[in-house]
Amino acid sequence: MNGLQVRGLKKHFILGGGFLGGKTSRVRAVENMSFDVPEGASVGLVGESGCGKSTVSRAVLRLVEPDEGTVTFNGTDVRAASPAQMRKLRQKMQFIFQDPYSSLNTRRTIRQTLEEPLKVHRMGSPAERRERVEAILPEVGLPQEALDRYPHEFSGGQRQRIGIARALVLEPELVVADEPVSALDVSVQAQILRLLDDLRQRRTLSFLFVSHDLGVIRHFCDVTCVMYLGHLIEYGPTEEILDDPAHPYTMLLRESSPVPDPTSRIANAKMTGEIPSPANPPTGCPFHTRCPRATPECKEVMPKMKEIAPGRQVACHLY
Amino acid sequence: MTPVLDIKGLTTEFRVKNGWHAAVRGIDLSVNANETLAVVGESGSGKSVTALSTLRLLPQTGARISRGEVGFGGRDLTKLSEREMSRIRGNDIAMIFQEPMTSLNPTMTVGDQIAEGLLIHRGMSRTEAAKEARRLLDEVRVPDPARRVNDYPHQFSGGMRQRAMIAIALACRPKLLLADEPTTALDVTVQAQVLSLLDDLKRDRGMAIVFITHNLGVVAQIADRVAVMYAGEIVETATCDTLFADPVHPYTEALLKAMPRVDRKAESLEPIPGSVPSISARPAGCVYAPRCNYVQPSCAAHPSLVPVGGNHEARCPVRADKGEAA
Ligand SMILES: Nc1ncnc2c1ncn2[C@@H]1O[C@H](COP(=O)(O)OP(=O)(O)OP(=O)(O)O)[C@@H](O)[C@H]1O
Ligand SMILES: Nc1ncnc2c1ncn2[C@@H]1O[C@H](COP(=O)(O)OP(=O)(O)OP(=O)(O)O)[C@@H](O)[C@H]1O
Ligand SMILES: [Mg+2]
Ligand SMILES: [Mg+2]
Repeated sequence: MNGLQVRGLKKHFILGGGFLGGKTSRVRAVENMSFDVPEGASVGLVGESGCGKSTVSRAVLRLVEPDEGTVTFNGTDVRAASPAQMRKLRQKMQFIFQDPYSSLNTRRTIRQTLEEPLKVHRMGSPAERRERVEAILPEVGLPQEALDRYPHEFSGGQRQRIGIARALVLEPELVVADEPVSALDVSVQAQILRLLDDLRQRRTLSFLFVSHDLGVIRHFCDVTCVMYLGHLIEYGPTEEILDDPAHPYTMLLRESSPVPDPTSRIANAKMTGEIPSPANPPTGCPFHTRCPRATPECKEVMPKMKEIAPGRQVACHLY
Repeated sequence: MTPVLDIKGLTTEFRVKNGWHAAVRGIDLSVNANETLAVVGESGSGKSVTALSTLRLLPQTGARISRGEVGFGGRDLTKLSEREMSRIRGNDIAMIFQEPMTSLNPTMTVGDQIAEGLLIHRGMSRTEAAKEARRLLDEVRVPDPARRVNDYPHQFSGGMRQRAMIAIALACRPKLLLADEPTTALDVTVQAQVLSLLDDLKRDRGMAIVFITHNLGVVAQIADRVAVMYAGEIVETATCDTLFADPVHPYTEALLKAMPRVDRKAESLEPIPGSVPSISARPAGCVYAPRCNYVQPSCAAHPSLVPVGGNHEARCPVRADKGEAA
């Protein structure tokens, strides 16, 4: 089966203790996440800061090692892959970072930056590599002169284009993008989203796309996963989720997202309490401490994911 | 009604290499009591420089207010001595910034930081100031304020830190609050809370607020009036309802079309080509012309801000002539 399948993914971080002693704490960054990114689809991961979006996106590429669960890409078990298999997989699965500047080597020209992945994967002769690098530039909307310049000579939006070019030069099938437009101004954000739209149409690319901005998710993602404190709590077609959210947390996120229309102001922002720490998560449903509709059951029992409509799942005792 | 803040013809310049270049050029802004004015525009358009000029917090060298006045309480702040200015800062005019962690002192308790201004500006006793600090934390809806006043900033969540910043800013009952991207680093749920808090405080205290943001969604949430800034100039100003219902300047329209909306399906976004010019490369004539879809030969002359409707001004002869706003 092609595409990406994630099943039961779990990742905890242990803090403190060790060499310096002291009490250890366990940060439950990701708990039991399961979702698919079908071939050619764009799947969004959304949720508040610290809910585990980056950890999921990194674990999929084994940039952090998951504790449990399986990750399958085009039928290959990513976690069990040998170093040789892993190198092949890495070519097919590429990462785009949020901060285009810190992810680029400041002492390398753009040409060197773009050639490097081709060298690492021993692809093509020097002449072929050069050709491939030169061909990628117009695709991301950069002039050829950019090749022999250094990252600091570019604006934020141009650097993100370079980051995208670096991800695409190996002709991946899946791109994992962690907040690729969050650091950019609206106008530049729209330029980059437009570029990603174009690339999606021109190549057969699937995306796992992390964002905390529901507007961006609506624009770019066919399917959306809503995360809360390391848990997947709602999953389904983006438009259905945003126009008719099922989980009370998704409703809160949707209602809190500002829209450029003064006639639909957020009526009354509820003080729904603080987000609990993933080092000390609540019992039962992780959202019950902030949920306006919590019942005694919610404090005790973690709800399971249930299908509420074709392709739509929610983890909430209300359903 | 006399405005609380009345900026006229303000020009602020920076020295770049050998020349002085205007980051903010001839802007007029006024805010009334019990009013929130949002200043919106892309990065580099001069929003922060406007706020910093108002409070005279520009760098000591290489920066100057070369023209204009900043009217506040019947005085021109640009003419005050540094001593007089320091009595106004944090007292009659307060400012909050985007990143609360960098503006809070990590070695002082939150309560002491709130009390500091009360001791300096209001001559309160320690016990009075401590009591007022607790009351302020309660007012900005930090839970369990009696205990939380003794916490250090790192013990607060991001949203609570921003609320603590607001408590510090409000301590001396300022008449004017300058808020520079105060919610940009926050989650949307927390942002919604902070915006509604600021709105309540404005009403309860009759405060004037200048709210700087690059997010038109946030503008629609909080503003009574809006000034759209581009490349150091105000290109459009209107009441909030008018601006969104009837944007006149092509830049305002472009900003709206570039924003991916959560509430409706947008097949394609319309990016604004290019970027804001640096202060040393600002074009003569209309500053937005190089990125504009409606350029006419007349755009080669520098346009002025002209009325296009009631309480509505725009700096675009092409659109204003067509009577787009009528
Ligand atoms: N390397 C690490 N060591 C320890 N804890 C970590 C590590 N990486 C992440 N965490 C913790 O795991 C949790 C999830 O973090 P993660 O970065 O995945 O969240 P996120 O959803 O991407 O948040 P943001 O929107 O702020 O980027 C957080 O509590 C974070 O502090
Ligand atoms: N100290 C300085 N020296 C030289 N130029 C400066 C200085 N401070 C600001 N500028 C320039 O002035 C212009 C306006 O900057 P300002 O910080 O006001 O923008 P802004 O609208 O607040 O943008 P952002 O949304 O990124 O905060 C920019 O072109 C900036 O580079
Ligand atoms: Mg992250
Ligand atoms: Mg600024």
